[in-house]
Amino acid sequence: MLDQAEGYTTADGRKIGGTVMDMRNITLRFGGVEAIKNISFDIREGEIRAIIGPNGAGKSSMLNVISGFYVPQEGEVWFRGEKRKPLKPFEVARQGIARTFQNIALFEGMSVLDNVMTGRLTEMKSGLLSQAIWRGKAEREEVANREICERVIDFLEIQNIRKTPVSRLPYGLKKRVELARALASEPKLLLLDEPMAGMNVEEKEDMSRFILSVNDEFGTTIALIEHDMGVVMDLSDRVVVMDYGKKIGDGTPDEVRNNQEVIDAYLGVSHD
Amino acid sequence: MFYREAGDFKTSYVDDNQTFPIKFDRYRYYFVLFIAFAIIPLMINSYWVKAIFLPFLIYSIAAIGLNILVGYCGQVSLGTGGFMAVGAYAVYKLMTAFPEINILFHVLIAGGITSIVGVLFGLPSLRIKGFYLAVATLAAQFFLVWLFNRVPWFYNYSASGQISAPERTIFGIAVTGPNTQSWATYMFCLVFLTFCAIIARNLTRGAVGRKWMAIRDMDIAAEIIGVNPLSAKMTAFAVSSFFIGIAGALFFAVYLGAVEVGEVFGINKSFLVLFMIIIGGLGSIFGSFAGAAFLVLLPVFLKNFLVGALGWPTDLAAHLEFMIVGGLIVVFLIAEPHGLAQLWRVAKEKLRLWPFPY
Repeated sequence: MLDQAEGYTTADGRKIGGTVMDMRNITLRFGGVEAIKNISFDIREGEIRAIIGPNGAGKSSMLNVISGFYVPQEGEVWFRGEKRKPLKPFEVARQGIARTFQNIALFEGMSVLDNVMTGRLTEMKSGLLSQAIWRGKAEREEVANREICERVIDFLEIQNIRKTPVSRLPYGLKKRVELARALASEPKLLLLDEPMAGMNVEEKEDMSRFILSVNDEFGTTIALIEHDMGVVMDLSDRVVVMDYGKKIGDGTPDEVRNNQEVIDAYLGVSHD
Repeated sequence: MFYREAGDFKTSYVDDNQTFPIKFDRYRYYFVLFIAFAIIPLMINSYWVKAIFLPFLIYSIAAIGLNILVGYCGQVSLGTGGFMAVGAYAVYKLMTAFPEINILFHVLIAGGITSIVGVLFGLPSLRIKGFYLAVATLAAQFFLVWLFNRVPWFYNYSASGQISAPERTIFGIAVTGPNTQSWATYMFCLVFLTFCAIIARNLTRGAVGRKWMAIRDMDIAAEIIGVNPLSAKMTAFAVSSFFIGIAGALFFAVYLGAVEVGEVFGINKSFLVLFMIIIGGLGSIFGSFAGAAFLVLLPVFLKNFLVGALGWPTDLAAHLEFMIVGGLIVVFLIAEPHGLAQLWRVAKEKLRLWPFPY
């Protein structure tokens, strides 16, 4: 089913392309602790890739490696056919990788619109002088990027709160605004760290719908960490399972579900 | 009722992005500009200018500058007095070295020099934050004052160690030196304040302002979405110091005329401007005006009230004035920790619906 060069077709008939992100033998240590042990996996164009595992398995560390926040001691990160040198996080963002955080990392003092507009900062290149007089390139960029942000705001159905300060919003909406900010940068790879943590069923359904339609309409490649197994199995095309920093499973949701090691990791196994 | 946005529809993002999207606000802004430029200069005398208008205008520029750094970018600075001194000494050196160039350019270049110095002293902000950064900028404050005291080149080897502004004119009208007209000095500072306020507003509502606020609110997330912390913090220090330098230059050249650095640009000045933006409201241009007005007007008002209206002895009034100003600051900060700007914002929200509760 999985053709290395060509990609594959999912059960619902979507075409998945070649490799976007390739993690090769990644090892990440904090002092004596090995958070990630020699893990390799790939993320393909247009797919929804889930990373799951019990608490402390190293999922968030993995995401932080992808987003450039941690630099692994060993292994190589290949992004769009090129080996990535150790980069600063803001340089990774400029390559087209956007992410959301497990505990919301919005800019509380700014309005929803301004928060979403920060997602476009990598594209706004007008000089300080032009911005100071608010003429020429600065004004044109402001309007052009505002249009892109408004499309995202429209898409995520948060038009009515666009001028509200983020600090006044409830939790579920904040999560959505954070997704909007990540989407505004039109990322080539979108990383979602527990997008449904702490949500009720309706909010989870909304968020799942948004994730699916982002993938469907914009063709965005998505890698997500999630604890809700129902959500993961429904949304994702392929799943990586981690436990104690090691990869114990990789494949379609069905394959993973029937993997004995994965079952052991989640349900526990008697050591006799 | 009269202050509302209902029915005021925006059909383009340019309209929606303007500084005063609500019509009433816009007219009020034009009205204030009209009063400031066309009415006040005709009515003021030397006392009003020296006691109220010049300090208010100049402190407003300094407060806007500091607010960009502290309120918008979240980098605490206690070096304002030192940076104002850089502006003052820069304009003094320029005025005496190039007397043929217009004072307008001297002030602007003095701002530019201050912004270079500001960036140099802002470099530690890449490593340290919060109180520790405040202490690092405090070092800038003491170092700069010491420098201007100890190196005679800065005060042109004058015997007293003071610097005093020679007479300079614009369109033949003196704006510095002993023979100035009140309205001319007022207009000169007003033009600079308007210029600084408009630039500050444009920068803070645009891309660079969002970078600053992103760094202020959560620097890690800012970096993840592509903000280079180095360039964001350094532009904040540069722009902020530019305004503070202009304020320092005007404070020396137009307002005081003669300056002894330790007395005028000491640590007290840093705290005064910091108090202005805290009382006025961090992260608000209007707050910078309000804070400057509060701390400039209140002592003058109290002095006139206690001595003039109640007939108290001057020395008693002077001491009480400190206590009352201090007390009022505490009361204000307890009542509204986000400053006068927040009170203003709340009032506007109430006014939008008035006289209806919802």
